[in-house]
Amino acid sequence: MNKLLSAFAVGIIFGIGIAISGMANPAKVLNFFDLAGTWDPSLIFVMGGALVTTAIGYRIVFKNSSRPLFEPFFSVPTSRTIDIQLVGGSGLFGIGWGIAGFCPGGAVPALGLGYGETPVFLAAMIAGIVAGRALKSRTALALGT
Amino acid sequence: MTDFTPFQSLIGGVLIGISAIALMELHGRIAGMTGILSGVIPPITQDWPWRAAFLAGAIIGPLGYILAGNTVAFAVPVSMLALIIGGLIVGIGVTYSAGCTSGHGVCGMARLSPRSIVATVVFMIAAFATVFVIRHVIGG
Repeated sequence: MNKLLSAFAVGIIFGIGIAISGMANPAKVLNFFDLAGTWDPSLIFVMGGALVTTAIGYRIVFKNSSRPLFEPFFSVPTSRTIDIQLVGGSGLFGIGWGIAGFCPGGAVPALGLGYGETPVFLAAMIAGIVAGRALKSRTALALGT
Repeated sequence: MTDFTPFQSLIGGVLIGISAIALMELHGRIAGMTGILSGVIPPITQDWPWRAAFLAGAIIGPLGYILAGNTVAFAVPVSMLALIIGGLIVGIGVTYSAGCTSGHGVCGMARLSPRSIVATVVFMIAAFATVFVIRHVIGG
């Protein structure tokens, strides 16, 4: 129960952070990417603030804690493989982000703002995740990996 | 036009960072929306409860924030069709890249993960290029 309350509380901080930052606002996100037009550099401050805070905090966590409070170990990705899936997937993600103005971390908290466009994007994104999984297992078969 | 909001954006960014640190210290997990959300999309992972709790918080947080009397600017300057096409492409892309802005861009970059650095550079360039093409090549 404490574990769930903790995850819920952390989610609240994440969601409010996203909402305040402007990442949940497609107009702002798209203006950030519009260097040649109505450029709004605000998101540099979001990324910079989040990155520096996390980099410092992670360092302290990994130095001082041998394990997380609610789990037996830290689940940190260990893969170092840079392949076509990573690069192509990231490229596709960036294209979709530039078309819609929503990224996953922006869209989920945006649901709480109560506008009708957000569930449309999220439904399409979830359909994309389901389709992506099916495609990925097929490519894995085809590549024999 | 949207207002330049360096102050709010910085505070928001720091809050995102605090949540990422807390999720690692308490749950040992990367605060990546792609990974957390994917676990509750069928076939659901065994550890879905904390994921669902995090997602509920991420939605209820902003709701509570506006119910408390704060305003959050929100506008969608694209068509419904663009939202649907963009959503599909984002969903497929993040499944292959195994992460998005929060997972690769914040948490992975903070760990100096080579995969995350490559992913972030690629998706940022792709987004800048896409907006340029849509607004200034096709639209211009």
